[in-house]
Amino acid sequence: MSAALGNLTGVLAAAPTATRGINVTALVVVIVLFVLVGILGFYAARWRSGGTDGLHSLDEWGLGGRKFGSWITWFLLGGDLYTAYTFVAVPAAMWAAGSVSGFFAVPYTIVLYPIVFLLMARLWSVSKRHGFVTTADFVGGRYGSRPLTLAIALTGIIATMPYIALQLVGIKSVLTVLGVGNPGNWFLNDLPLIVAFVVLAVYTYTSGLRAPAMIAVVKDVLIYLAVIVAIIYLPSKFGGWEHIFGAAQEKMTTVNPATGKVPGPFIPGADSYAAYATLALGSAMALFMYPHSITGVLATKSRNTIRKNAAVLPLYSLVLGFLALLGYVAIAAGTHPVELNGKTINPQLVVPQLFLDNFPSWFAGVALAAIAVGALVPAAIMSIAAANLFTRNIYRDLFRKDATPRQEAKVSKLASLVVKFGALIFVIGLDASAAINMQLLGGIWILQTFPAIVAGLYTRWFHKWALFAGWAVGIVYGTWTAYSVVNPVTHAHFGGSIAAIPGTNTKVYIAVTAFVLNAVVALVVTLVLRALKVPDGKDITRASDYGADEDDPEVRAFAARSVDTPGPVI
Amino acid sequence: MSATNITHDSPTRGPAKPLPYVISGVLLAAAIIMPLVVPMYAKDGPRLFGFPFFYWYQMMWVPICAILIGISYWLLTAEDKRRRAAVRPEPGHHGRHDAGGEAK
Repeated sequence: MSAALGNLTGVLAAAPTATRGINVTALVVVIVLFVLVGILGFYAARWRSGGTDGLHSLDEWGLGGRKFGSWITWFLLGGDLYTAYTFVAVPAAMWAAGSVSGFFAVPYTIVLYPIVFLLMARLWSVSKRHGFVTTADFVGGRYGSRPLTLAIALTGIIATMPYIALQLVGIKSVLTVLGVGNPGNWFLNDLPLIVAFVVLAVYTYTSGLRAPAMIAVVKDVLIYLAVIVAIIYLPSKFGGWEHIFGAAQEKMTTVNPATGKVPGPFIPGADSYAAYATLALGSAMALFMYPHSITGVLATKSRNTIRKNAAVLPLYSLVLGFLALLGYVAIAAGTHPVELNGKTINPQLVVPQLFLDNFPSWFAGVALAAIAVGALVPAAIMSIAAANLFTRNIYRDLFRKDATPRQEAKVSKLASLVVKFGALIFVIGLDASAAINMQLLGGIWILQTFPAIVAGLYTRWFHKWALFAGWAVGIVYGTWTAYSVVNPVTHAHFGGSIAAIPGTNTKVYIAVTAFVLNAVVALVVTLVLRALKVPDGKDITRASDYGADEDDPEVRAFAARSVDTPGPVI
Repeated sequence: MSATNITHDSPTRGPAKPLPYVISGVLLAAAIIMPLVVPMYAKDGPRLFGFPFFYWYQMMWVPICAILIGISYWLLTAEDKRRRAAVRPEPGHHGRHDAGGEAK
């Protein structure tokens, strides 16, 4: 979601306001809702618990028993994909830089679902039959290549860390607007964040994926309530949509004296068509390569749960579209998103500030709690997903081949703590813009796992070393190109996610250029290796695996033997 | 899991009929391509309830996309069911979970 936000960190300016005070009523509402959600998180361990074995396996702890139906999946995936950072960053981008860096989230979350519909049922089927918990498990089973599996697993873990950090940034923006924190003392400043983090860590540890699944329901009720009220009430308060779009258009077409440029396009011009479309498409292709999305998919009960959800999840995209437009509403409302020191302008605070300025304190509290709770759900799922990758594809594959399910669950629980702790250090130790830059890179990196995972769902044609080479080329090219983008205001590297296609002037999302390069390399190297008859890895999957449903027998017992000949591919 | 007559290669579905897949493919392709053709909608007018065309057009595609996927879901689940029945004729698999060796 934050693909185009790199350029926002430069939008800093002085403003003549006093230091912030604490809004007590709103703060109390946020704390009460936060505590209620924490209790729910602990209670979740008992909900549909894993029978006599408890939560002592990855299937139970890390995938909620693989039996979430359509409703829970809707809430879980909705809570997973539309994160606190989305709710904070997309309107912030609209407020600061106009449509291209913000509104692309709408076509992004539209084209996402046909892609999910096409791919995820097959991944579900083959994973169910073989007991795969991660995409790296699938790649390992499909290609029999340790380096490729490790590449997929490490990419997933590293791309997820800054994503978790951004959830904490989302919580932090809520706390800042409430006036909590002390800019003079780093410990007091970050204490509320540390408390929120401990709550998150403890219930994820005890309840696994069940906790975010339950909390997601609460989060959604709060989010929908806040957004629907805001969308009905705020436009009427600020002179209707005509006036709001007018105010936004005026801001976006007025030259900023500090930079000598306009803030950004109100409606994209011809020079940003390709950027807009590739941001949407590349983000959509990348999203379900992220470990946390896959965790949501594999936790479902049946093959078709995820397809059904692809048809109903777009409801969130409408909410997202209106939330994005709240960035424009804030322009019309003259919202002044200022940090605790009362001077620094931070676009990330614009939506929390809008709610606080224009609603009674108790309702603003509900809206802010929705954002804060909205961070807990994805952060929990992300840490679980990254922990599962570590457990399955590093701990078990490399160090303990005979790990029992109980050992796996234990390692995963500990790894989830480490991952979250790493994200916390990230947020406290580095500044938010570092987290944004890393997230931007994460999006570029995770898309480089697409060829190995998605091509593998349909064909076994690609050679394992060709996929590895494509991945490596994509990662190197993407990282180097992103590094070369310099922020025009701060002159910092990783200044944005858009760069020209080499040899042209057409600017596109870097992840997509890297992906195309990756796919071409995979194709060419496969042809070469096939011609040279370089041995390929073993495929333990069979054609019949890719259409299996919940009623079909699983084949885990067979997976260990009879793997001499790869199955036919459909 | 204990069933000995189920192997890796026991088919889970019968042969496919192309038509439902072709129709679904066209619908899904439309849902992916139409929101990405930026030159078609990157303009201000006509406005609707004060929304410039650029904004309302994209938001309009949210429900359209949901409907297209809904139709595809309906087509493909029906075809899936038929293909499954072709290899597993016995009825009554409405179990809430799969216990592995349930099928014969």
